[in-house]
Amino acid sequence: MNPRFLVPLGAFAALVVVLAVGINHSHEVGVLKSPLVGHQIPDWELPVLTDPTKSLGSRDLKGQWYVLNYWGAWCYSCRVEHPTLLQAQREGRVQIIGVDWVADNPDENAAALEMLSRQGNPYRQVVIDRDGRTAIDLGIAQAPESLLVNPQGVIVYKEPGVITPEIWRREFLARLPPQSAVPVANAGGS
Amino acid sequence: MSDPALQARYQVLIHELRCVQCEDNSLADSDASIAADVRRQIRDMLNAGKSDREIKGYLVSRYSEFILFRPEYSWRNAWLWGLPLFLLIIGVVIAIRVIRQRVALVDNEDDADTSHT
Repeated sequence: MNPRFLVPLGAFAALVVVLAVGINHSHEVGVLKSPLVGHQIPDWELPVLTDPTKSLGSRDLKGQWYVLNYWGAWCYSCRVEHPTLLQAQREGRVQIIGVDWVADNPDENAAALEMLSRQGNPYRQVVIDRDGRTAIDLGIAQAPESLLVNPQGVIVYKEPGVITPEIWRREFLARLPPQSAVPVANAGGS
Repeated sequence: MSDPALQARYQVLIHELRCVQCEDNSLADSDASIAADVRRQIRDMLNAGKSDREIKGYLVSRYSEFILFRPEYSWRNAWLWGLPLFLLIIGVVIAIRVIRQRVALVDNEDDADTSHT
């Protein structure tokens, strides 16, 4: 082969590699890779679903592992995820804090309470996000989305969709310390 | 929005930013409730006196650069902006060289032909 062909051939091969790497990563781009992972969770505080005079926030959960799970009674995929969360709750390795995302659904509060009582409640505590400001501040784009937060308050993982049993094992349990378990007392609310 | 200058900036921003839940719609074009919430967030920040850069910076910090339809001009994105231009220049250089070689070949043939007459 004429050696002069090697230069454009080499350049083409390099281009193929660059594009292949780009295509490989493109699903992450489409899914909005979160820039908050690896950083402190922005301070949040929301009213408790069953008692709006009380609130729960990131400050109350400092020193504990927790999963923050954004969901809604209006959200079909959240129903798909629900049994996995119930099983995770039974295993008791980490507490799951539910955030009921009202979005634009006027009956969400009642529908959420009904869904939890009918289908089971996997959440250690449930808070409600009425105006969606916290969702934006936490970079939530759709439901369900979940954040795994360590005792220092750092978001160590974000699942931008439904948690399957496989994802729970591979992404959440794998990041917990081996002995971790749900704390005995509920994090204090004011 | 009450202030026409703020209203103008608002319109530009909501057309420049992606609806976070849909891949190709702008915030202006989306019916999703999250889009309405982000639009409200932008209005609040404009009324609070934030600059366009601060508003976009906040949303990028939460949703990544993907929320911008047009990637920012930055060193990190220099390869994105520069690569097509770079490839184009290389293509033009190669084309010029190939054409010159072909012209030289044709000239040689002409000389060879004329030398046989």
